[in-house]
Amino acid sequence: MTQTMKIVSVAAVLVVLAVIVPHSSSFVVLLTTRAMCFAILAMSVDLLLGFTGLSSMGQAAYFGVGAYLTAILAAKFHFGLGWDFWLVVLMGMAIGAALAALFGLFAIRASGVYFLMITLALGQCVWGLAYRWNSLTGGDNGINVTNRPNFGLDLTNERTFFFLVFAFFAASLILLYILVRSPFGRSLEGIRERELRMQILGYNTWLHKYIAFIIAGAFGGLAGVLWAHTNGLISPETVVLTTSVDSLLMVVLGGAGTLVGAAIGSGIVFALREYLSTLVPWWQYALGGVYVLTILYLPTGLMGFPARLRQIRGASTKNPSKSGDAKKLASAPS
Amino acid sequence: MNTQFWVIQAFNGVSYGALLFLVGSGLSLIFGVMRIVNLSHGAYFLWGGYIALSVIAATGSWALSIPVAALAVALIGIAMERLFLRSEGFEYLRNGVIGLGLGVMVALAVTAAWPHFIGGGWAQFGAVTVVAAIAAYFALSRISLVPIDNDVLRQVLLTVGFAFLFQQGALDIWGGNNMDITPPAVLSRSVVIGGIYFPAYRIFMIALAVAIGAVLWLVMERTRMGAAVRATVDDAQMARGVGIDTNRVSMFVFALGAFLAAIGGVTGGAFLGIYPGLDFEMLPLAFAVVIIGGMGSLGGAAIGALAVGLADNFGKALFPEVSYFTLYAPMVLILAIKPTGLFGRE
Repeated sequence: MTQTMKIVSVAAVLVVLAVIVPHSSSFVVLLTTRAMCFAILAMSVDLLLGFTGLSSMGQAAYFGVGAYLTAILAAKFHFGLGWDFWLVVLMGMAIGAALAALFGLFAIRASGVYFLMITLALGQCVWGLAYRWNSLTGGDNGINVTNRPNFGLDLTNERTFFFLVFAFFAASLILLYILVRSPFGRSLEGIRERELRMQILGYNTWLHKYIAFIIAGAFGGLAGVLWAHTNGLISPETVVLTTSVDSLLMVVLGGAGTLVGAAIGSGIVFALREYLSTLVPWWQYALGGVYVLTILYLPTGLMGFPARLRQIRGASTKNPSKSGDAKKLASAPS
Repeated sequence: MNTQFWVIQAFNGVSYGALLFLVGSGLSLIFGVMRIVNLSHGAYFLWGGYIALSVIAATGSWALSIPVAALAVALIGIAMERLFLRSEGFEYLRNGVIGLGLGVMVALAVTAAWPHFIGGGWAQFGAVTVVAAIAAYFALSRISLVPIDNDVLRQVLLTVGFAFLFQQGALDIWGGNNMDITPPAVLSRSVVIGGIYFPAYRIFMIALAVAIGAVLWLVMERTRMGAAVRATVDDAQMARGVGIDTNRVSMFVFALGAFLAAIGGVTGGAFLGIYPGLDFEMLPLAFAVVIIGGMGSLGGAAIGALAVGLADNFGKALFPEVSYFTLYAPMVLILAIKPTGLFGRE
């Protein structure tokens, strides 16, 4: 498929989504809205993981500050419930970016498993504050955001709100797509593939990674702002380690290095977490199973599924009796 | 804020540190040897506590529950390490386990979708499971899994997946209530020293951690296996080069880590309680221990556990609003300045 074809098909899917979902039941509308908030978060993780090669385990931190900022402003100061909502969006992105700028100073130095650990620790710092700083965050009980903004558009209407989140989701997808296709995005991919070579070529890889980290933080903050109004309750559960890990899984499940994959992944994880859990009590087996099977058998994610299928087919037609060959083929870079 | 306050807080901090040492030392060794960030370590802790509860319910013996729970969880750890964290060997068993898991899922799904078909009967449920499991087994044996050995992120996410599975498993087996492990009456008393009451159980906790720490130290310093573990922590490739079977070392360490975490679960269950969600509460604390102390270092884990235990207790007592922050912020600083931890070796 050519690049244009891909863009056209993604645009078509988006249009279909925007047309069909508002006519579904309110549960589906709500679920899609929630999934799209997380899709923005997952795409921000993908910018780091899929394009820069940094596996951040603390993305919930930026999501959390964005959400808490919105919730505190709305609940305590009644700010951001009219036209000033757009200001809150900007502030949420700014605070996410600022926090990432601060955290990046510590984290970007590290690489591999140490980067993972340090972002985990940074995420836990934010969780600790959210959990304990009662006077600001309401501690364990969290903060209730009772009113959604109303600026001509009444966002208390689930369907209107869906369109708002959809617009933000589509805009984030487009912006991030432009970013990763830009020369800057290309050099990020170069860093992912081989950092040393990029350094030798004269790129300031630290700065590239730092900027990518900040941009990811800004989109994390945006996702948090939307989440605060979607969920209505912001508690330490929002910033907990599981949120960060889930957003990583969404990316890996959909296919790291493809923004659309991150969005698909968040859709699936949300379907499991929030739809399946209403049907059966054992939904967590399905979630855990999806983790295990994706990791073991589909490391390139769903977007890499066609390629993987060809790989398996090719391996079995060449030499159906030996699984050793298939393993070699599977481990070779595709 | 008199002397008594400081003494009691310090004592509580040290005894909490003793518990954290049990959880953190295993995690630290696993990381040091295998470079795996094991996020299912909290689940080992939780399962240790739950299995002990079952043993106590069945036999009434608290003393027996510690070794039984620890050994059972060590076996779970070995199975996880052998079957899933390495891609070499045990292909039939791995496919069998995954196939069985998928079979159970299919049977559960069928039960949920068409309740009248299975009708709650175990025979029908079992039949559906077996048929689906066999189909899944043959499907899986045609697909080879993609080697995971050197991919940090995939290893982490795999252990997260298992943490979720263990969590749901515990919920299904033992229910969602908060349970308590009651230690024997001897340990439920208090010892009075200088007018201050010290719970005997917390003294026992400290003694146990010291004893286990001493045994671990002897094993690491004085035995062949210990030397192999230390060599693998320092440089796994070189260790393989001089003929150390790092494969066996990593199995040993994973079993040991799970064993220690389970002991922590049994003993800690007496004052923390055992409840769903405890696993993901202990996990970040265990990571704080590992990072402050240094990955793969036993002495480091001891000091890290003591530091985290004290910081946690004094933090909560003195400045409750930022108490967790004061715990994790030093962790960040240490990672930024010396990524291998205070006592870890490069």
